[in-house]
Order: sequence, then C-alpha cells, then structure tokens
Amino acid sequence: MTRLSSDEIRIALIGAAVVAAAATLPLFDQGYYLSLALNIVLYAALCTAWTLFSGPTHYISLATAAFFGLGTYAVALGLDYLPYPLLVIIGAAVAAILAGLVGAATLRISGVYFVIFTLGLAELVRQIVSWLQTKLSTRMGLYVFTDFTEQHIYWMLLALTVVVFVTGWLINRSRLGFAMQIIGNDETVARHVGIDTAKLKIILFMISGAFIGMAGAILAPRYAYVEPPSAFNPMISFLVVIMALLGGTRRLWGPLVGVIPFTIVMDIVSVRFPNDTSIVIGLSFLLIVYLLPDGVTGRLEQLRARMKHKRVEAEPAALKEPA
Amino acid sequence: METLVTGILLGGTYALIALGLTLQYGVARIMNLATGETLVAACFIAFWLFASYQVSPLWGLFIIAPIAFVINWAIYTYLLRPLVDRARNAGMLEVDSILATFGLLFLFQGLMLRSFGGAYTSYTFLAERFEIFGGFYGLNRVVAFVAACLIAVALYLFLYKTRYGTAVRAVAVNPNSANLVGIDVASAAALAFALGGALTACGGTLLSTYYTFNASMGVVFTMKALIIVIMGGVGDVRGAVLAALILGIAETAVARLIDPGLTLAATYALFTLVLLFRPQGIFGRQQT
Amino acid sequence: MFRRHMMTLAVSAVALAVTTGFAAAQDTLKIGASAPKTGPLAGGAAVTHWPNVKLWIQDVNNRGGLKVGNKQMKLELVEYDDKTSGEEAVKNIQRLATVDKVDFIVTPYSTGLNVATAPLIARYGYPHITTSAATDNVAEFAKRWPNSFWLLGTSKQLAEGVADALVKLRNSGAIGKRVALVNVADAFGLELLNAGKPALQKAGFDIVYEASYPLGTQDVAPIISAAKAANPDAFVAFSYPPDTFALTEQAQIQKFDVGAFYVGVGTAFPGYAGRFKDNANGVMGVGGINPDSKAIQEYRKKHKEVTGADPDSWASAVTYAGLQILEQAIERAGTTDKAAVIAEIKKKPFTTVVGEISLADNINHNVWSVGQWQNGSFNGVASKGVDGAKAPVKKEAWK
Repeated sequence: MTRLSSDEIRIALIGAAVVAAAATLPLFDQGYYLSLALNIVLYAALCTAWTLFSGPTHYISLATAAFFGLGTYAVALGLDYLPYPLLVIIGAAVAAILAGLVGAATLRISGVYFVIFTLGLAELVRQIVSWLQTKLSTRMGLYVFTDFTEQHIYWMLLALTVVVFVTGWLINRSRLGFAMQIIGNDETVARHVGIDTAKLKIILFMISGAFIGMAGAILAPRYAYVEPPSAFNPMISFLVVIMALLGGTRRLWGPLVGVIPFTIVMDIVSVRFPNDTSIVIGLSFLLIVYLLPDGVTGRLEQLRARMKHKRVEAEPAALKEPA
Repeated sequence: METLVTGILLGGTYALIALGLTLQYGVARIMNLATGETLVAACFIAFWLFASYQVSPLWGLFIIAPIAFVINWAIYTYLLRPLVDRARNAGMLEVDSILATFGLLFLFQGLMLRSFGGAYTSYTFLAERFEIFGGFYGLNRVVAFVAACLIAVALYLFLYKTRYGTAVRAVAVNPNSANLVGIDVASAAALAFALGGALTACGGTLLSTYYTFNASMGVVFTMKALIIVIMGGVGDVRGAVLAALILGIAETAVARLIDPGLTLAATYALFTLVLLFRPQGIFGRQQT
Repeated sequence: MFRRHMMTLAVSAVALAVTTGFAAAQDTLKIGASAPKTGPLAGGAAVTHWPNVKLWIQDVNNRGGLKVGNKQMKLELVEYDDKTSGEEAVKNIQRLATVDKVDFIVTPYSTGLNVATAPLIARYGYPHITTSAATDNVAEFAKRWPNSFWLLGTSKQLAEGVADALVKLRNSGAIGKRVALVNVADAFGLELLNAGKPALQKAGFDIVYEASYPLGTQDVAPIISAAKAANPDAFVAFSYPPDTFALTEQAQIQKFDVGAFYVGVGTAFPGYAGRFKDNANGVMGVGGINPDSKAIQEYRKKHKEVTGADPDSWASAVTYAGLQILEQAIERAGTTDKAAVIAEIKKKPFTTVVGEISLADNINHNVWSVGQWQNGSFNGVASKGVDGAKAPVKKEAWK
C-alpha cells in the first residue's frame, strides 16, 4: 500500500472531526432538528454511494429507489426471524444482486438505455414485490417495531456514510479506481488497453447498490409501517440525482456540498410553499444543466484553476519588469 | 379473440404516446423525459374544454395540437438548442437533454398541480358499447384507435412522401451527412421536436376520453413511451407503431391469461429481451 | 421632541404587542393537521379529510370557540402537506410538536399514514383519534399506543358486511350463489379479501372467479371480461377510487349484468353518482349513511354550504365525528392537558353526527359496512351495531 500523503492525512483528520461533531447532535436536540439532520445524513450516504458509480462512468442511475426499497423490505420481512444486523447485510446483498443483473443487461450498451431501464426499475420491483406479497402472504404492509430510536438510526447512518467515504477513497487508490479513470476519459482506449470495461462497471454498480440497500435497511425501523409504494418511492431516485449533480460528481465529497443546502431548502419550501416542491425540483435540474454542469464543486474548481492561470500569466510579466 | 382486439386497441393508445417521442428522440436527438407531462397537460386541457365549453375532444384536437406544436418549438429553440450547440458529442447531448427535460418534467408537473390540484380527474365521452366480432368495447377506445390510425397514416405520408419529410428522416439517420447534402439540420430538428410534441398532445387528448388522469401520472407514460421507442427502433415511425401494438397485445394477454399483477413485469421482460438481442430495435440500424 | 415621540411610539408598540400576544396566547388553541395535499391520496383527502377540518374549525369558532375551564378558546389551524409520504408525515408531526408546539393534532388521513405517524404521536402524548384507518390490527394498536382511538372499523367488519348484504339479496331471491371476486393488490384490498373470501364461503357462496390487480391499473377490461365469462350472480371488487370508477365503466360498456354489483372504496364519493347517474343505482360499496338521521341531514347541508362540496358517504361523517369527540373531550376535561383529555375520551360515550360513539376500549365497534345507491342517496344496507339499515335492492341491467 502506498503511504498516505500529507494532504490526505489532513482531509482525514478534518473529516473525523466533522463526523465526531455531527455525532453529538442528538445530545442537543431530539426533535425536529434531529429529524432534519437524519435526512441530511441519509442523503449524504445515498448520494455518495450513487456517485461511487455514476461519477466515474457518467451513467445516470435512477435505480436508487429500487435498491433502497429492497433493503427496507429485507428488514421488514425478516425481522421476526433473523437478527437485525444480519438483515442489513442481506438487504445489501439483495440490492447488489439486482444491480449485477441490471448491469449485466444494460451496461454493455449505450448509457441512455441504462437510464431508461433504471427509470422504471423501481416501479417494476414494486410491482413484483406487491405481487409476491399478494400471493404468499395475507397482507401488504409490514410492521417494523424495534427499540431503535431516531438517535440510533442517525448514528447508524452516520457510520454508513463514513464507510461509504472510506470505500470510495480506497477504490480511487486501487486498480479499480485507476481503470475507472481511464474508462471515464476514453472508453475505447480503455478497452484497447485490455480493460474489461463492462465487468468493472458492473462491479462498481454492485458496490454502489449494496450501500444503498444498506441505507434502506437502516431506515426500515423508522418507517414502522412498510408498504411497497412508500418503500419504492421513485422520488428517492430523483432527489439523489439532483443533490449529487448539484454538488458535483468529480470529487467524492462533491455530493455533500449538494446534499446539505438542498435538503434545507427543500425543507423550507415544503413548509412555506407545500404545493410548489415540484417546481423547485424542476428549477434545480435546469439550474444544474445550464449553469452548473459539473456541480458547485466543479464550478469552484474551474474558478480556482482560472485564478491560478491568471497568477501564472502575471508572473512572467512581473519577471520582465525589472529588466 | 377478445383479448386480441382489446390488446390492439390498447396498442393504438400506446402508439399515440410513442409516435411523438420517436420523432423527438430520433430526429432532434432529445431524450424528452417530459413527454408524459405534455400528454397529461393535454388531458387536462381537453377536460377543461369539454367540461367548461362542451367542446368535443375530437374538435379539441384541432385546438390543442397547434398549441402544443408552438410550445414545443419554443422549448426546443430556446431551452434545448443551447445544449445541442454546446454538446461535444452525442453522449453529452443525451445526458444534458435527459437532465434538462427532467427539470421540465417537474416544472410542468408542479404547474399542473397548482392549476388543477392533485385529484383524479376524468370525464365521460362516448362511453357506450361498441360491438366488434361479438365482443363489447368502449366506443371511446375505438374512436381513439381510429383517430390514432389516421394520425399515424398522415405522419407516414408526411415523412415518406414529401420532400420535407424525407429531409427530416435524413436528419434522423445521420445529422452530419444530412448537413452535407444541404439540409438545414437545425430547423428540421426544431420542426421534428415541435411535431413530436403535437403528436403527444393529440395522444393525450384522445387518451383523456377513457383514462382517469391526475397531475402526477406523467412518469408512467414516459416510461412506456421510452420502452416502445427503443423497441421499435429510434426514429422509425413504423417501428414505433408495431412495437406499441406488440406491447399492447402482450400486456393484455398477460393480464387476462396469467395475472393482472404482472403486466409491468411482462413489459420489462420484453424490453430486456430487445436490449439483449436486438438493441437497435425492430427497424433500427446497427449502431456503429 | 422627536425623541420623545419616538419613545412614546416605541412604548405603545411594545405594550400593544405584549397585550395582543398575551391575549392571543390566552384565547387560541393551536390545532395541527398533516395530510395529503399532493400525491396519490390527495384526491381522497380533498373529499373526505380537509373539508371536515375546515368545517369543524369554522363551526367551533362561530360559536365563540371551545369552553376550556372558564376560558373561551378559539381554534387556530396549522396545516402541512405530507405528500402521501410516511417520511414526510413523520417530519410534519415532529415539526408540529416541537417547533409549532400545537396543543392538539388532527388525525392524519389513510391507514398507512396513521400507522406511520402513530408511534411519534404517542411519544408526544397527543390524543390520536383516527377516522380514516380501517385495519384488522386495531386491538394491537390500541394496546401499543394507548393514546390512539380507532373509529372506522376493521377490514373484517367491512368484508363480512359484504357477505351479509349478499345473503340478504339471496334470501330475497335476487341472486344465486355464484360470486366473482377481485381485489386491488394493496394493504386494504388484501385485508378485505382475506376476511371477505372466507365470510362469503361460510355463507354458502361459490367463488367462481378470483383475481387481483396492481394499484394504478387502468386497463381493467380483461378483468371484467374474465369475470363475465365465469357467469356469476354477483360481482365483488375490493377496489380503490380509480379502479372503482374504471371497473364500473367497463362493466357498463361490456354489459356485465349481475344482480349484485359491489365495488370498494370510492363508491361513496359524490363524484360516483355524478359520473354514472342512473347507472349508479343499485351499486354497493364501502360505507353508507343513515339518510333518515336528522344529525346527518344537518351535517350534509352544512358541509355543502361551508365547503361548497358534498361530503362522501363513508368516512366524511366519521371524520367530523372524530373532531366532535376531540372538542367534547377537551370541554369535559376543562383543560388542555393532553393526558386528561385522553382519559376523558375513554370515560363516557359521545354524541356525534353518526350517532353515539363509545371509546372505552379505544375502539368504535359500531360501523356501517356496506352502502348502496338508492335514488341518489348512498344508504347503509349492512352494518355492525348501527341501526337504520335499508334493505338492499337488486341491481338492474346497465343502460
């Protein structure tokens, strides 16, 4: 393993400090602000997991809701029979399997088909789960009663987010990450160099899906009553895409920059203008496409690069002056 | 037999939805995710015309289609052209157009929610019995099917028998080569997008005569339209119609003979098969 | 000079603010409400839930507010849209309880949303009087959340009511033994099916066709044609509003004539009779009202006047009744203390628009199960413990 650079150590320490601070929140507030923070951490985990795959490949996955719902359902179905931690792992595994299947079917061809396929995937999974529930059991909704409180779920999500970040960082440093960089730059070149692009994309998709499934499993106790329409709610997919793109997917921590402000804005809008949340979402998408194609972090980096460029340009002139 | 006729009628419905999108995606290269919202908006306008002014939806077609044409032309020229111009390759344009039309999707949905509320709306028009080969079907469905056929034929004549239509098809096949032979690609694309929007709006108007709709329904229609367009071969009108009929019959057969709970699964199964074995669709060309 | 004027202005402004604030705090009771204004259930909530909340608040404020102890307190409404999402609903309740600090919370709308928010409402100790949740788990819920009250009945009661109504029709010679049974594949539809099927079989009916379809299905033509092919005497569909309407229309188009036609939720909506006019006569569905009750007649008149729309004939009146119970319990307790109000709700019965309701064990045992459109009124034809049922009539052929 290569040694960590001082930059990376610094980022790691800052990250650890932020996480520690965030973890103390439940001690200060147990009500509304904890709920808000929980949503922020949830989407931080989801968006970062989403970016693990969609960042390097530029494939927009709308399958988040499908993976999330599967995780929720794994817990809801199995809570009477298996211990909770095991169910979280099962949820992740089931999501990963679905990701593998979807990837195998669609990642070998153009990215557009992938987007379309994943658009309807949540609906499809919802229908199948509903059908299975109808045939195999006598009820549709499942009750998830545990002793977990909001605090516990908040901490679990925080832990999950940390794991996702660490995984992303490890991937970037590994051969998989290196290969993904090449694929991201020019897929034809990558293939010519001997990289099995399809297989790598599928693996990455499965990792991403597994984390999303885990998030769904962790959230199950909070819902108390799990029904297909709410577990497989397509809005989850759309919101994850907006926040991740808003923040920028070039960096692993890019999505965070999108998650925090967007969640807060959405909360304010839901309260003040409850009928207009769709309009806000629509405008956000348009904003991203026209003004922030690489997200806020992308734009910031562009500005930074331009300023550096100007400084570099100015130097030779300064050197010339005295002469 | 009844299943077959019901399936064909359903397929006619789907064909309407898909025809517009195949033009927009095939010629203008815009993956229009807001197509379902155009459809639902047309449903609401048709309802409003019928409920407030007693205008029959069949006449409403002549009001709604031109309005949709103009609005879609404006959307293409002012919102989507900048993306086309700025895209460095087809892939980027696809991603950008997906995101932009996604934004439009929510914007339209939000506007419709404000104007019409979230409730289910429907109205009764020609909900009488019509007999075909001994089975009873809704007259409204049959009329919608016939109207859809007429529109499809008109479109076919335009695309295959007129010069301008042939130019549009040329742009669908290869925009660069079309440019080389002197076709104004930009205006052909704008026309195709606008025409596609008008077609989708016609579909919505006819659909509103027998569907119960609400402001949030667009996504389901978009999804089905996308699947049909890809199955039929992007940009090919005949392919879209054929794929729509196949889908309609398949769904009805599954609902009747296997289980009504598996219709979406059947659609997806078909879609997956096409993606795996013939990704260019029924009438499409192999992508280089 | 100027400064003196400013001082006077400032002092009076402060004084005004303090007194009005003080006065406001003394005279208003904050009522929180979270229910769908958008999303799949927005339509149902717009008919059954929000108009009743509006009507109740207006009624109470028009007579000077609630008498709490020796104070007259007017009601102030704080409302949020839960977008038919459990997650959103939970957030709204959090907000109402901890940020808006409301005195009481109106029940959310629909079974799913009530169950999703029940644990949180229980944690904050508010009385939770549900009026739009019909589920078989009421006993378990009442035990788990002793602050919750369940007024709409259980799926079992509703489904058994169907069997009761069909038996009455069979005894009067209107129909035979063959029943076609379909249901929407969602929580409520499934519960109804699981109670309804054995009830029908025990009553001596043969299920000659059975199918379930996903929520949101628009194309019900294959279902109706398959049911018709089985040649039944009665058609029972445990359906939701969109499919209720679609099934009825298809049955009419395909000339699916049976002596008994039952479609589930949505039949009781005024829009149903509005859409099908004469063809609605004879159709049965969930709910029902007692058209001869003075209280109901007055309620329906007031509802139309104040909200501009007719109430439905199932949960609307029950929702208003639930609000009446809250109002009377607060007045009886003489305090806004939540625990005291909860205790009052269990003590003695209440007089409401749907008659007398007793919640000694947190559950209302007397509900209308089946109603039938008879000459423009959706009359109750089967019930558990409620008087005033009319006899069901045979369904005539579709026009």
